[in-house]
Amino acid sequence: MTESVLFYLFSLLAVIAGVSVITQRSPIASALSLVVCFFALAADYVMLDAHFVAVVQVLVYAGAIMVLFIFVIMLLNIREPSPGFTPLSPRGMFGMGAAGLLGVAIIAMLDGLVHAPMATLPEGYGRIAEVGKVLFQGAYLLPFEAVSLLLTVGMIGAVVLAKREV
Amino acid sequence: MSEFWDSWGGWIVVLLRCVFSVAFVMQIVPVLIWGERKGAAYVQDRPGPNRAPVDIPNPLDIPRLLGDVLAGRPLKYKPVVSLRAAGLVHTLNDVVKLAFKEDITPNHVEKFYWTIAPVIAMTIALCTFSVVPFGDTLLGYKLQVSDMDGGLLFVLAMTSLGVYGIMLAGWASNNKFSLLGGLRSSAQMVSYELAMGLSAVVVFLQAGSVSLSDIAAMQAQPLDILGVVQIPALNWTVFSPFGFLAFVLFFVSAFAETNRTPFDLPEGEAELVGGYHTEYSSFRFALFFMAEYANMVVASSVTATLFFGGYDVPFLSGETIRANADLILGVLGVAGIPAFLTFAVIAWKRQGRPFYAAIPKDDPRQNEPKFFTAVWLGAAGAHAALAAVGFMGGLTALSTWAEMPALGGDLLALVLHVTCLIVKVLMFCWVFIWVRWTLPRFRYDQLMNLGWRYMLPTALVNVFLAAGWIIVRHELFA
Repeated sequence: MTESVLFYLFSLLAVIAGVSVITQRSPIASALSLVVCFFALAADYVMLDAHFVAVVQVLVYAGAIMVLFIFVIMLLNIREPSPGFTPLSPRGMFGMGAAGLLGVAIIAMLDGLVHAPMATLPEGYGRIAEVGKVLFQGAYLLPFEAVSLLLTVGMIGAVVLAKREV
Repeated sequence: MSEFWDSWGGWIVVLLRCVFSVAFVMQIVPVLIWGERKGAAYVQDRPGPNRAPVDIPNPLDIPRLLGDVLAGRPLKYKPVVSLRAAGLVHTLNDVVKLAFKEDITPNHVEKFYWTIAPVIAMTIALCTFSVVPFGDTLLGYKLQVSDMDGGLLFVLAMTSLGVYGIMLAGWASNNKFSLLGGLRSSAQMVSYELAMGLSAVVVFLQAGSVSLSDIAAMQAQPLDILGVVQIPALNWTVFSPFGFLAFVLFFVSAFAETNRTPFDLPEGEAELVGGYHTEYSSFRFALFFMAEYANMVVASSVTATLFFGGYDVPFLSGETIRANADLILGVLGVAGIPAFLTFAVIAWKRQGRPFYAAIPKDDPRQNEPKFFTAVWLGAAGAHAALAAVGFMGGLTALSTWAEMPALGGDLLALVLHVTCLIVKVLMFCWVFIWVRWTLPRFRYDQLMNLGWRYMLPTALVNVFLAAGWIIVRHELFA
């Protein structure tokens, strides 16, 4: 009971923060809203027993990537609100709301069609040990290594491209 | 009682653990501020803070006072003792000063972010301690606010969030020096986080877990040398082949993460005025100030838990303490008597010091040595009582009386474990202070070189070597 209440509270917070990311005028405010959004998502992951994903969400996204984002914003010292932004007209807002409601209705319908019975989670689900076993001993070993290689290539590529300028 | 405990016991325990963990950090902070000043004074060969007194009614004067009042004689002395307590009172004065200073909000700051920045810094610092275990179990409850699976990953996540307080303060202050301080801090923390995480990987590999309570419990096991010799201590990570290097890397990164000298470029006063907290005054500044020390306490306790056995008392495992609780209490009581008697002699000898000869005879500060002599004698008496209780089987009697067989042993284990953790934490905090007053500040390029060119590769190689060593040990000896 407590968990589902908290889950919906944090989901609401995530949605509000997400909307705030695109409606805020100052870039710092947008970036910080994104941090709050990540944080609320991490709390939701905890409620869903995905502890590892939750911690990594905070560690990587909120703690490293967003710090670099804000670092760049601060370094360029952008303080003026972004110019091209015009608030939505009432008609636009109404349209967006209607589209959202339609989307929710469609998802609810599809969900009713394919609704599977609730599965019980296996022992240790979402724990670090289990995630590690899935990644390194299960079927995901090759994709995992391929992705890490891809990231390394991307990183080296970025360094090489940036180095040419200096 | 039992029904009440069944329905509310869990909540009470959770609340107590939260209160304890916040209090643990917050109570060490004033001691550290005092330690910093005394440490600086020691390094620079001067006495340090020793003046500010706090006046309290002198309990030693009560008999004389009663006699005078009952006989109707006029009082020729002040029944007051001025406690200076070796300069500890200065910390109290600091708090009063900071709380009553004018709280200035400059007009040019970004108000909202400027206001929440110190709050973020302090909150993050206090949250991080929640995964550090401060004892094994008490009546079956784990002595840790939250034994989450993430464990150390949570600590790393929280330290990486701590940078937001400093960054926001620097940016929201809206001047270039503060901004530079915030930028330096964020770049520095992102750089050293990697070395910190990688050096901790060695500990994960050896313990087979990321949870701090598992890591501490693993180090409390007896050290097993090739299955031949078993030593009931020294199984700490720092004594393992690759653990020492990991400890050095982790601790150096901890200096960078807490923004302490030689990594305190974010507030480098020579070039940045005050860095990110230039515009802050009064209690907002105090929050940053306390957050720095709270971060030191947390970094020290995490280092102690990862590499120095955490709450583990050397040569005394939890089972040994519980099995011999009465004996240990008796021996500790006996050992405490001479220690506190020595303190009493030292306090008494201070009467003859030049300081007391130089101040007037009726100055309330003259009563200080007598007061402390009485306090230390009282402590020695209390230890004698503890010894008596221990040797008479008091802890067993307590357990029988409360109808909880484990109570006495658990209580003693809790006290010993917490004391041991505090001793280790204070030891590391002293290293923080010692280094601050010994080493000069790095240049920024030196700092980045050290982090990326030296510490990160060393940590990586260390992880590979430790992993190899674990496989070899596993194949050969198990």
